[in-house]
Amino acid sequence: MADIGTAFGLALKLIVTVEPEFLGIVARSLAISLSAVVIAALIALPLGAVLAVYRFPGRPAAIVLVNALMGLPPVFVGLMVYLMLSRAGPLGFMGMLFTPGAMILAQSVLVAPIVIALAHRILRDLYEEYQEQLCSFGARPADMIWTLLWDGRLSLVTAVMAGFGRASAEVGAVLIVGGNIAHVTRVMTTTIALETSKGNLALALALGIVLVLIAVGVNAGAILLAGLSAPRRK
Amino acid sequence: MAILPLRLDRVCYRAGGHDLIADISLDISAGAKTLLLGANGAGKSLLLRLCHGLLGPSSGTVRWRGADADQARRRQTMVFQSPVMLRRSVRANVAYGLKLRGIGRVARAERIDTALSDTGLTALADRPARVLSGGERQRLALARAWALAPEILFLDEPTANLDPGATAAVEAIVEQIHRAGTKIVMATHDLGQARRLADEVLFLDRGRVTERAEAAAFFAGPASDPAAAFLEGRLLW
Amino acid sequence: MVSRGLRTALSIVMALATAHATTAGERFITLASTTSTENSGLFDHILPRFEQDSGIQVRVVAVGTGQAIRLARNGDADVILVHHRESEERLVADGHALARHDVMFNDFLVVGPDRDPAGIAGLADAAAALARIAESSSVFVSRGDDSGTHMAERALWVAVDVTPDAASGDWYREVGAGMGATLNTAAALDAYTLADRGTWLAFANKDALTVLIEGDPALFNRYGVLMVNPARHPHVKASAARAFVDWLLSPPGQAAIASFRIDGQASFFPNPAPAREPPRRQ
Repeated sequence: MADIGTAFGLALKLIVTVEPEFLGIVARSLAISLSAVVIAALIALPLGAVLAVYRFPGRPAAIVLVNALMGLPPVFVGLMVYLMLSRAGPLGFMGMLFTPGAMILAQSVLVAPIVIALAHRILRDLYEEYQEQLCSFGARPADMIWTLLWDGRLSLVTAVMAGFGRASAEVGAVLIVGGNIAHVTRVMTTTIALETSKGNLALALALGIVLVLIAVGVNAGAILLAGLSAPRRK
Repeated sequence: MAILPLRLDRVCYRAGGHDLIADISLDISAGAKTLLLGANGAGKSLLLRLCHGLLGPSSGTVRWRGADADQARRRQTMVFQSPVMLRRSVRANVAYGLKLRGIGRVARAERIDTALSDTGLTALADRPARVLSGGERQRLALARAWALAPEILFLDEPTANLDPGATAAVEAIVEQIHRAGTKIVMATHDLGQARRLADEVLFLDRGRVTERAEAAAFFAGPASDPAAAFLEGRLLW
Repeated sequence: MVSRGLRTALSIVMALATAHATTAGERFITLASTTSTENSGLFDHILPRFEQDSGIQVRVVAVGTGQAIRLARNGDADVILVHHRESEERLVADGHALARHDVMFNDFLVVGPDRDPAGIAGLADAAAALARIAESSSVFVSRGDDSGTHMAERALWVAVDVTPDAASGDWYREVGAGMGATLNTAAALDAYTLADRGTWLAFANKDALTVLIEGDPALFNRYGVLMVNPARHPHVKASAARAFVDWLLSPPGQAAIASFRIDGQASFFPNPAPAREPPRRQ
C-alpha cells in the first residue's frame, strides 16, 4: 500500500521538523502516561508486595481478581471514570471531567492491576528466596515488604514499564474522560484515532510510528537507568 | 537479660506422615561450642530451624529463658548453608540487621566497620554483595551475624560448599565469635570439622539425639551404635 | 531511589495540577458537538475568531449527537451544537437546556461505490434510493451510534417502510462509530452510506466512493446550538456560554461559518436570517 510508504516519510518529517503543535501532543502524552504510571506504581508496588508476603483469608481470590483485572477493557474503565467524574456523578463537584487529571486517573486505574499482578509474581519468587534469611534477621512482614521492593527494584522496572506501555497505548479510556480536546486533552492515541476518522491514514500511521519510537525510547531509558545501578556480574 | 539456656521439651516435627524430628528434649546453655553431627538427612538443619524459630514444632515446646519471643529473636541469629545476599553493597548487607534492631547511625557505622575488619571484608565494603565469591559470601554472612552481637549463633553447614582455604577462614571466624562470648551451635556432617571445632557433640540420627557428649570422650569412644558407625565411616541404613 | 522516584512523581503531579489550575483560571467553556462538525475542520476555522474577539477558549468534545445530549443532561458541557431537532427540543422541554437556535445547515449525501450495484445514481428521492439498496441487498454501512446522522438515516428508512435491522449483519452493517470511521468502513467494504457534506468533503480516504444522491429536501441537515441551563446545572459557565451562543448567531459568527471552505467548496451554510428567534431567557 502506498499509505505505508508515505507514513514512514511523514513520520520522519514529523520528527525532524519539530512542529510545536505535534511536540505539545507528544509532551502531553508523556506527562499524562508517566504521571499515571507513577501514581499507579506508588499504590500497586506495595500492594503486590503485600500479596507476596502476607497470608490472609481471601488472598487467593485477590490474586485471581488482580490477574483478571489486568485485562480490563479501557472503554469500561473510561466509562466508570466518566460516571464518577460527571457533574451528575459522585465526584462531579471536582470539575475534573475533560481534563488531563481525568485521563491520569483513568490510566492509573487501568495500569494498577497490571503492576500489582506483575509485582506480585516477581516479589513472590524473591520472597521464597529471602524469607528464612529475613526472619532470621528479625524482620517483620512490614520490613520485608520494603526489603523486597528495594531488592526487587530491577525486575520491578519491567512491571512498571509494562504498565507504561498499556497507559501510553490505550485510547478508549482517555477518549471518553479526556474528550480529545485540542491543546488540552489531545494525546498521541486520540490524535491517531481522529486522523484515522478524517481518513488521513498516512498521517495516523506516521503518528503511530512516532508513538512506537517513543515507547522504545522510554523503555530503553528505563532499562539503562536500571542497568546503571545493577552489579556488573550476574 | 540472657535468653540462654534454650530448652526443648519433647519436640516433634512431622511432615508427610514421618517424624523428621522425634521427641527431642534438651537444654542448650551458654559456653562451649556445640557441634551438631550426623549424616545427611539426620535432621540437623530442621533442629536448628526449630531452635531458631524459623519452624514451629508439631508438638512439644521450644522455650528461651525468661524472654518474650521478640526479645529472644533479637538476641540470636543464624548463618545458612547458602546465605541470601541482599541485592546491595557488602556494607549495606551488614547494616540491614542493625537497622531492624534500631541501632543508631553512629553506633551502626562503628559496628559495621568492626564486623567487616574482623571478617577481612573491609576492602570489599562497597562491592555489591551478589558479586562476591562463595567464601566471601559466607564471611559476609558471618559479619552480618556478628555485628548483631547475638547471645547465640546457629550455623547450618556453613562450609559445605567451600574449598579448604575458605573453610579455614570461616572456622577461624567462628572461633573468634566464640571467644568473644557468643554461644555457637553449628551443624556439620564433616567429621574433620567437628574434631577441629567441637567442645561438645550432639549426635543426631534419623530425627533423634542418640548421644550428647564432651568432644574428647565422643571421639574416643562413642556410646551409641549410629555414632560409632558414623565415626568408622560405615554407611548407616 | 524510592524517595527520588516519589519526588519526581510529586513534581509531575504538581506541575499538571498547576497547569490545570492556570487553564481553569482562564475563561473557557466546554462545547459538546458532533464528529461531523469536528472532522470537517469547521471548528478550527471559526473558533479562533471567537476566542480572539472574546478571550474565551472553547474546548470541543466531539461525540455523536446522542452522546452530546447525554453530556448536556449530566451537566458535563456548557454548550452543545448538534443536529437532531427532536432530541434538542426534548432537552429544552426537560429543562436541561435553554432555547434551541438554528445556527447553520448543510445536507446529507448518499455516497456509495462508483460502480453503483443498486443503481441509485441520479434518483431524486433519497428514501427511494435506500429502498433500492435494500431490495438489491447491497451493503449499506450505518453509523449505528445514535448520532444525528444516524437518526436522519433511520427517518429515511421509516419513510419507505423498510426495517433494515432485520438484515443487520447481512447487508446492513451498523458500525457504531463516528462519521469518518464509518466512511473508512464504507470505502473498505465498497458499500453505501449516508454522510454529511462537511465530513465528506474533508474526508481524505474516499477510494472508490462517490456522491450518488444529493439535493433531496429530506436530506436537509439542520444544526442547532443550545446552552445548558445554568438553573439546572449551576456550575455551567453561563456568561461565557451565552457569549458564545450569541456570537455564533451574530453577523460575525454567521460570516465565519459562511467563509469556511473545504477544497474551495462551502460546506456549512449560515442560517437564513431572520430565522433566529429572540433568545428566551429563564
